Amino acid sequence: MKPELEKALRVNAPFTTSVLEGFIRDEVQKVGFQRVVFGLSGGIDSALSAYLATGALGKDAVHAVMMPYRTSSQASLDDAMEVVDDLGIGYTVVDISGPVDAYFDAMDERLEKKASNLRRGNRMARERMSTLYDLSAERNALVVGTSNKTELLLGYGTQFGDMASALNPIGDLYKSQVRQLSAHVGVPRSILDKAPSADLWEDQTDEKELGFSYDDADEILYQWVDVRLSPDEIVERGYDRRLVEHIVTRVQRNQYKRRPPIIAKLSSRTIGIDFRYLRDWGV
Amino acid sequence: MSHVQTIALAQIAPKLGDVAANLACHRQYIAEAVAKQADVIVFPELGLTGYQLQDLTFNVARTLQHDDIVALVNASREIDVIFSFIEESDEHFFYVTGVYAAKGEIVHVHRKVYLPTYGMFDENRYVTSGSQVQPFRTEHGTAGMLICEDAWHVSVPYLHAMQGATMLYVPASSPGRNVMDEHDFGSHTFWRQLLQMYAQLFGTHIVFVNRVGYEDGVHFYGSSGVVGPEGRWLGEAGTSREALVTVTIDHRDVRRARYITPLVRDERLELTLNHLAKIQRK
Repeated sequence: MKPELEKALRVNAPFTTSVLEGFIRDEVQKVGFQRVVFGLSGGIDSALSAYLATGALGKDAVHAVMMPYRTSSQASLDDAMEVVDDLGIGYTVVDISGPVDAYFDAMDERLEKKASNLRRGNRMARERMSTLYDLSAERNALVVGTSNKTELLLGYGTQFGDMASALNPIGDLYKSQVRQLSAHVGVPRSILDKAPSADLWEDQTDEKELGFSYDDADEILYQWVDVRLSPDEIVERGYDRRLVEHIVTRVQRNQYKRRPPIIAKLSSRTIGIDFRYLRDWGV
Repeated sequence: MSHVQTIALAQIAPKLGDVAANLACHRQYIAEAVAKQADVIVFPELGLTGYQLQDLTFNVARTLQHDDIVALVNASREIDVIFSFIEESDEHFFYVTGVYAAKGEIVHVHRKVYLPTYGMFDENRYVTSGSQVQPFRTEHGTAGMLICEDAWHVSVPYLHAMQGATMLYVPASSPGRNVMDEHDFGSHTFWRQLLQMYAQLFGTHIVFVNRVGYEDGVHFYGSSGVVGPEGRWLGEAGTSREALVTVTIDHRDVRRARYITPLVRDERLELTLNHLAKIQRK
């Protein structure tokens, strides 16, 4: 990373942590909840959310759900267990292989073809979401999101799958900032050091699948989104034009994933258009 | 007139749209400030309503004669009170208003002049901007009120100072933006520099009261405080947490500062006016 960008992306870790813990406490408790659940994959994003949620609400109010598929690596589950042990929080392991395989066994037969990795990955993400929301109802807890700003912008996630949550403490942190904050809150070294992976199939890594590094993405996204440089200005600063354009296009093409479904306007007041209230309305 | 004045900074977290709850909170803080023998208590911008009201503006608006407002004005019998809400005028225009009440009467009404409508802010969509920058007399001298963004326009403290204000009150609802910055958090740094500079340039005390709490993930960071005419912070309420902090100031500091560095005295109003007239003619 360029030194000046590394400096610009450096976080005030103690203050940011206190703001995010306050956010979780406030937004959970004011809607009448005390507890949260979240998917804990063994990766850095969900580990950070786990530490923040525990800092905010205390370990008894936080419940982790590990949802491996049969091809998920044992190392991921081990890493998740290390987080659970370190924090002393409750957890549930739910193997999603059964329902996912049952679905594709039937659907592959009906469509007479084998489902793509994309469809399989999306189904797994939504199976996990579905499990989390069920457990959230069972435990009277809200679902905490674990998507960071880089992947939300890139659309590197499944709509209504891993992108679904009631509140997301880390959605305004770029991946490199997630790493800094994770180191600050005490996420185990093995998680900090490993290559990020959605762990949807064997040997998957995010950067291999994306075709560029998170550092490159963070540098370009920060300058385009936060500093409001144009793509041309970013290229002038020494970045590969194809990469800049690819990233910008990805962000635009995935805007739909970040928005609620659009509604056709007919009446004088339409939800999301001119019926405007915060979600905190009435709580 | 006493030289010293004790100011209570009411760094509260208003409940969005719940005027009754916020009114109760105001009353409680007023009682505590009275117990602490404060002379004046200052609440943040839109302390009675919450900040990101959007279409709730229509529901929470109160006229100056509304029972809720009268109740708060009545609560100013033992202590001066600065509070803020959405004011509805007789012609049904809506304003972000701050009231200075003392001895059970309204002393002054300031309608926010500069309504941020950019970035995350959308004020001008819902409310009308005020058109007066008018200081007012209090028991402790002449004061001016600036509501949040008013203070980001140098003309407003300038006009107050040129009309005799030796004290500036700044109720605010300032959200943390760029909070990740390693050394400080964006808007907070700017506020601190701004207020220190104004206090020195205009030879006044400045009372900054910012709210705390969250609205849909937006974090209001507090950091209320009083800065003296030498640019020093005389008392602070801390970051992010609700607090009632009293700060005692000495108005003789203004006298000294204005004698040592007579910037307000030496200000050439005529020169400024001539130039402004020329600019307007262009």
